[in-house]
Amino acid sequence: MCANVSLQGGVAVTPLVSAQKVSKSFPGVRALHEVDFELQPGEVHALMGENGAGKSTLMKILAGVYTPDSGEIFVDGKPQSFASPREAQAVGIGIIHQELQLMNHLTVAQNIFIGREPKQVFGLLLDERALNASAREWLAKLHVVIDPRTTVGLLTVAKQQMVEIAKALSYNSRVVIMDEPTAALNDAEIAELFTVIRDLKSRGVGIVYISHKMDEIKRISDRVTVMRDGELVGTVDAASTSIETIISMMVGRSLGDLKRETGRAAREETALEVTRLNCGPLVRDVSFNVKRGEILGFAGLMGAGRTEVARAVFGADRAKSGEICVHGKPVAIRSPAQAVAAGIGYLSEDRKRFGLATGMDVSANVVMAHLSEFLAMRVFLKKREIAETVAKFIKLLNIRTPSAHQQVKLLSGGNQQKVVVAKWLARDCDILFFDEPTRGIDVGAKSEIYKLLRSLADTGKAIVMISSELPEILRMSDRIVVMCEGRITGELSANEATQEGIMQLATQRETMAA
Amino acid sequence: MSLSAISDASGARKPRRLVSPEALQKLLAFASLLLLLGYFSFASPEFMSFDNMINILQATAVNGVLAIASTFIIITAGIDLSVGTLMTFCAVMAGVFLTFWQLPMWTGIVAAIATGAICGAFSGTLVAKAKIPPFIATLGMMLALKGGALVISGDRPIYFNNTENFYMISQDSLIGYVFPQAQIPNAALILFALAIVASIVLTRTSLGRYTFALGSNEEAVRLSGVNVDAWKIGIYSLGGGICGIAGLLLASRINSAQPALGQGYELDAIAAVVIGGTSLSGGTGTILGTIIGAFIMSVLTNGLRILSVAQEWQFVVTGAIIIMAVYADNLRRKRA
Repeated sequence: MCANVSLQGGVAVTPLVSAQKVSKSFPGVRALHEVDFELQPGEVHALMGENGAGKSTLMKILAGVYTPDSGEIFVDGKPQSFASPREAQAVGIGIIHQELQLMNHLTVAQNIFIGREPKQVFGLLLDERALNASAREWLAKLHVVIDPRTTVGLLTVAKQQMVEIAKALSYNSRVVIMDEPTAALNDAEIAELFTVIRDLKSRGVGIVYISHKMDEIKRISDRVTVMRDGELVGTVDAASTSIETIISMMVGRSLGDLKRETGRAAREETALEVTRLNCGPLVRDVSFNVKRGEILGFAGLMGAGRTEVARAVFGADRAKSGEICVHGKPVAIRSPAQAVAAGIGYLSEDRKRFGLATGMDVSANVVMAHLSEFLAMRVFLKKREIAETVAKFIKLLNIRTPSAHQQVKLLSGGNQQKVVVAKWLARDCDILFFDEPTRGIDVGAKSEIYKLLRSLADTGKAIVMISSELPEILRMSDRIVVMCEGRITGELSANEATQEGIMQLATQRETMAA
Repeated sequence: MSLSAISDASGARKPRRLVSPEALQKLLAFASLLLLLGYFSFASPEFMSFDNMINILQATAVNGVLAIASTFIIITAGIDLSVGTLMTFCAVMAGVFLTFWQLPMWTGIVAAIATGAICGAFSGTLVAKAKIPPFIATLGMMLALKGGALVISGDRPIYFNNTENFYMISQDSLIGYVFPQAQIPNAALILFALAIVASIVLTRTSLGRYTFALGSNEEAVRLSGVNVDAWKIGIYSLGGGICGIAGLLLASRINSAQPALGQGYELDAIAAVVIGGTSLSGGTGTILGTIIGAFIMSVLTNGLRILSVAQEWQFVVTGAIIIMAVYADNLRRKRA
């Protein structure tokens, strides 16, 4: 079989790894469609795309975590198929997952050599001395200072990352895949990581670098491959391609088919004012306000801290500092109960885990958050009043259910979402946080949720909508706040917002330009 | 870069302390044990008598051995509720070999331990392959083995009358032949020997390493290419084999296999493990801690009895001690 051979500096070089026409589907999702990818020795190849573009899926296929439905993988020009991560490791492909896969209770050396411990005394006992010595050697090759006997859980995230890299290299990896390695690192730590990457590069190791951060891509990578919706958009040279070009490759969609929904309500009265809110690493000095009748879009990439802001305002996580005013009056919110009392509702991105009791019926779910108002003598349920209220909301929100006594888990995603909305409306919340309101909902039901959000705003509710889908943000929001790494990096009005503009703020283009 | 350049630099965020948090927990447990011993000796002269010490050692042996078995399982972030009834089932199997079939004593010993290992492997398979949560899998095993022991024995105790030396496994004292003053029963010697072996297995062999690794982050171990299921089955099997040893100790001590006994022992074993500082969420734990935990349990029971505290109140005190031990551990973790 003839593998692809490309030209580099006039000399034919066989790629370390290449993927040809690789496709992969999961139930209901086409994750990858005929994607090509190749990595040269000593190359840092950046892989970019929006959330859900298929980057991680492609890399997991190269690392043997998933098997492709179709297409071929070549290593050194020879076709390969991996049944497990171990087989990929055997030919020199190591992956560092976005969620670090370390055993926190074990030492650095024990982590690096898990599954390959050196033995002594006829192979009965572990040779801890040899283990620590080899670990020390691999760490020394990275020029990092970590005692191999340290418990991994006590290390900083940056050091843990180094341990993962040492582990990957200790399999004699010639390919190291890094999935968003800098997500939790500070600037100094990123610089240290880049030194290590350049060192690996000089020794001929090929590196696949997945990241959302434009400035990093420009600093470290040789080539950039952009993916979108599970398909390959293109591979370009990093040095000669502008950031704007890369962003437009990532975004791709035309805006023509999106109709903006604008509201009618007058937006003067500020419903919620949040000032300098701090809560953990992902909520740093966050200030914003939302007015009655307004939909405020919260844009940003996954892990930017949007959900964390909502949770802090809602009292689900205890804020360290900051002020929250509802209708001009400062309120102290230390628990969700206090938030609800102040009229704030939060609709979680994970309906099934945090929003609904899916085994119970529609009626029980709708009245769950304020059952105390439907009690006679504080004990007995007022069946008739509950039925009336529930019927009112089923009609108001157009919940498609055979009856109020249908189990929620038997409803479609869109209708489940409406039940959650009903639950909060029934509590008279007039400030509502919607976290990814259309996640896992089919296209038809999405537009119905959009209509519902708009009509809620038109009746004077203040709505904060967190969404990772840019078209959704642009279509629904009256104003857009963009977050990156726990900070608000910009605010855009509906008229001036574009996908490119939001993407630049979300990938911290601003700090680089400054 | 030379190795010496990095040899002693630590990448840890926190500076080394005089006493590591793990050592502190063991120290605390050990201090509580000494405190209990001190209090009871002060309160009653009878407590410190040689005979009573032997009583305590005998009483600790069975629970201590079961607790060692539980320690392995709990470090993997699992739980084994079947250790008590498995112990009885193994004792009954020894009775089948020795009393029903009148085979030589060594076959009974092998039968008990092998039965334990096989049943443990079965529990492990349920957990690893059938993906049944450990709590449920071993709850099922607990009841099934209880029933099995009753069926096989015909719901009657099996006496080891045909095996004259069977009582010696637990009640004789090997060390007594050398030092006649120190008639420490074999049961206690077996407990200590097993504790040392188990400690070596846990800290210095692959099986021990994977025990901790599974409890710390199972997915990471799987992604490192380790056959996670096989090791898990192996760990449950080892635990089962140790239950077989406990079965022999108990049967030898009362010179019979009592099929109705056993249920409830698993909770004492878990309590000893937890008092010894092993976390139910997995990843940490020591055999030494477990042994100290087992002694705290038996010293408490013995001492309260000598002080003529009513049995009802003994339960209350023991319960309170378990809760306090884990709460103290939580406080310590929060500070660390």
